[in-house]
Amino acid sequence: MSNDPGKPTFTPVIAGSAIASGDPAGLPVTRKNVAHRGGDVNPSAGALKEAFGAAVRRVDVVWGETTVYVDMARAHDVIQWLHDDASQRYDYLSDVTAVEFRDLEQPIEVVWHLRSLPYRRFIRIKAQIERGQKLEAPSVWDIYRGADWLERECYDMFGLRFVGHPDLRRLLMWEQYKEGYPLRKDFPARGRFSRSEQLRQALAANPEARYSKEELSIADAFEDLPDDMKRRLGTGERVGE
Amino acid sequence: MGLSPRPESRLVQTHSDEPWITTRLDAFVNWGRKNSLWPMPFGTACCAIEFMATAASKYDLARFGMERQAFSPRQADLLICAGRVPFKLAPVLRRIWQQMPQPKWCISMGACASSGNGIFDNYAVVQGIDNIIPVDVYVPGCPPRPEGLIYGIMMLQKKVENERSSDKSLRNELEPDPKSQLYLEPHVIDELSEPFGNSVHQTRSGL
Repeated sequence: MSNDPGKPTFTPVIAGSAIASGDPAGLPVTRKNVAHRGGDVNPSAGALKEAFGAAVRRVDVVWGETTVYVDMARAHDVIQWLHDDASQRYDYLSDVTAVEFRDLEQPIEVVWHLRSLPYRRFIRIKAQIERGQKLEAPSVWDIYRGADWLERECYDMFGLRFVGHPDLRRLLMWEQYKEGYPLRKDFPARGRFSRSEQLRQALAANPEARYSKEELSIADAFEDLPDDMKRRLGTGERVGE
Repeated sequence: MGLSPRPESRLVQTHSDEPWITTRLDAFVNWGRKNSLWPMPFGTACCAIEFMATAASKYDLARFGMERQAFSPRQADLLICAGRVPFKLAPVLRRIWQQMPQPKWCISMGACASSGNGIFDNYAVVQGIDNIIPVDVYVPGCPPRPEGLIYGIMMLQKKVENERSSDKSLRNELEPDPKSQLYLEPHVIDELSEPFGNSVHQTRSGL
């Protein structure tokens, strides 16, 4: 399957179409009595071990879902392989997120949830960032275009930079938000500033400053935008909804 | 208001038998205003669902003169803020309020809009919309039932009925501090947003 960004292709995928007929794994059933640990391992985990060797650190099966811990340096290759390989075909990225633990020694984990519609498989890829290391992970935007907002949200909430993302800026909080990254454990639930200061900063935002240049020309809000946004809008890009 | 009790007076005789009334202008204008409020729903959460139920046929807001829901602030005189308002939406709500022409009123529907609801005492949610715009009636509830909202609306109608045009403070337009955009003092906002204190002073810290 080609993934040339210039040529978007669309091939409809039928769920379970790659599974041999007669294989019980192909039936869309809700499994019952799933063991907490030690259930059936997703066959992709074994294939990953074969293909990537020591870069696959550990495989966990919790509540029937397989989690594969990989080296951060190879995470992009692993996901690319899972997407491209004809025996895997993970064609749907359902989530990109991160986990920070209360334990200051424990590494921060970056999590990718992948789903293979043709094989009816779900796999969770985790890569760890040691404390003290740069908060960086490879972007999978070049493999899945849907990673765009998922990675932006993760950056917004954790301050995790996705290297290779074309337009990494805040998604949920406004772009001038100064208080930090809300889902980090050191972030106080009420935010860092006093309520009046938070309100002052929020009200200082121009509600019109989130639209395309055509709409902005009506509102004359262009001058209020941050510099990088002005640059992007200058090239004719649409920003905001 | 009422029919003239003095049919023998010269005024009545001049106007023959046609019925006529005398009243205070305020009473007459307010009677018109309170029975033809045009609400603008600003629904952001589950309260908006209750608002829809209130406006629909079973509870039927039209009985109170709210036949027309205004989805443009420029043709509205009652802002019903139904749901929590995150900080990102604060300038939008402020702008909408400023776009509404006078006379205008505001109902804060539900605990989130009135006080941030405690469970949303976090980095993202405004602790009561009265930090942003003035509010006339607070409707408690999470979310309030349609009866609750109707009760709040009837309270507002009573408020409209009793307005006096001699009260020059009534139609004061919201004029936020041009530098900070706040219309309340910062310490007032901090006090209103305290964890258990809220905009209707249901403070638990004193117990």
